[in-house]
Amino acid sequence: MILSFEDVGYTYHTLNGETEALKGLNFGILRGQFVSVIGPSGCGKSTILSLAAGLITPSSGRIVRENAEFGYMLQRDALFPWRTVEANLFLPLEVKKRNTKEMRENAINLAEKYGLKDFLKKKPAELSGGMRQRVALIRTLAAQPDILLLDEPFSALDYQTRLEVCDDVQGIIKSEKKTALLVTHDISEAIALSDKVIVLSARPARVVAEHDIDFGGNNPKHRRECGEFAATFEKLRCELGI
Amino acid sequence: MKNISYSAAHAAYLRKNRTRGILVNVARVGILALFLGLWELCAQFEIIDPFITSSPSRVIKTIGELYEGGNLFYHIGITLMETLTGFAIAVIVGYGVAVLLYMSDSVRKIFEPYIVVLNSLPKIALGPLIIIWMGTGYTAIIFMTVLVAIIVCIMNTLTGFLSVDKTMLTLMRAMGASKRATLVKLIIPASLPTLINTLKVAVGLSWIGSIMGEYIVSRAGLGYLIVYGGQVFKLDLVMTATIILCVLAGGMYGIIAFIESRLTK
Repeated sequence: MILSFEDVGYTYHTLNGETEALKGLNFGILRGQFVSVIGPSGCGKSTILSLAAGLITPSSGRIVRENAEFGYMLQRDALFPWRTVEANLFLPLEVKKRNTKEMRENAINLAEKYGLKDFLKKKPAELSGGMRQRVALIRTLAAQPDILLLDEPFSALDYQTRLEVCDDVQGIIKSEKKTALLVTHDISEAIALSDKVIVLSARPARVVAEHDIDFGGNNPKHRRECGEFAATFEKLRCELGI
Repeated sequence: MKNISYSAAHAAYLRKNRTRGILVNVARVGILALFLGLWELCAQFEIIDPFITSSPSRVIKTIGELYEGGNLFYHIGITLMETLTGFAIAVIVGYGVAVLLYMSDSVRKIFEPYIVVLNSLPKIALGPLIIIWMGTGYTAIIFMTVLVAIIVCIMNTLTGFLSVDKTMLTLMRAMGASKRATLVKLIIPASLPTLINTLKVAVGLSWIGSIMGEYIVSRAGLGYLIVYGGQVFKLDLVMTATIILCVLAGGMYGIIAFIESRLTK
């Protein structure tokens, strides 16, 4: 288990009162696994990522992490428009004070491996939405994290780009043999990408069901074409209560 | 670019655009020439009293006299020095204060009402105090300039800092960035456009501050010439100083606009 949530609860405090976002949450992720968390909107999915990364501490229960480095990928690419693509890739290295020649070369190699070679000297504004999200992923990978935390990274893209980027990102994460925790409200995205899908209830969120997904190999495209896809979709839909 | 051949429609579009550009420039210069011409003619034929309104030719004559007396660049120099020093202090100190206020939510909350009150206060009300505290030299005028410009510098810069993209802030936080790193890597570069805007506003305010200061206390400078000219009814001098001010203020704004175009290219 590279990361496990043990009976985790989290309560928000605002001036208007307190909100119990998570309650008695239990699940674990194995090294190299791609796990998705789906749940009704506003059920505290993003909170799970903040907890996992240690940005906030749980109100109750505990989170056990192996000695692992985290990398975050957000809904929007958040590329700095005044930096070139290359300089954007170096940002996490600068922030984490690991801006060595070796790390920079590694980042450049990753970028070249995944088709960003011709874009390195360009500004993000010159790139398409899909390309920008790919840069955002490589930026996350540049700091060589063990676990990627993905916070609905495709939801700001239009449908066609979304399918492309979705497969793209999954392919890169798999070939780099990284562990990933994705939160999304998109059932089909979760099924297509993951080794395991965790279904959450409405607030306060707890785990309703866990499903290991193993049909169609590791390829999102093949999976969507499989007969099991529709059945799994229906099952998850029922569990979400939609 | 010259080698690309455009379709006839696109060439026509470009031509139309260029024609309009020329037209705008011609109109701009034309209005100025028309105004100066009418002013001169009205004064020559005494439709208006040139003693009260002066005239372009009298202004040129006055500039010549000031130049020969060695006073022209002396007065311009004094006012420019006061304005630029005040401007620089207001912008730099204002930026520093904005950074401090940004770094701590509590500090910002504590000082908010003071800043609001200082912003609404007409700074000229402090004139007598400034004279008593700082004397009648240009320190007093520079102080007045800083006072007029700095609050807006602080408020504008702070607003720029606070309006930085929330997703980018989350990203920095997720990377474990310190407050300092966030400031240096994200906040300062992201708020560069606000800084330029602040400079533009601060230029105007610095001129207000320095001339206002010279009205209250001074023995030299363009504001002094205006007040002095008014007192002894030498309206040629008042007009001359005012026109020189227009040129200087326009020039300073132009420099900042130029810097902006270089930075945002």
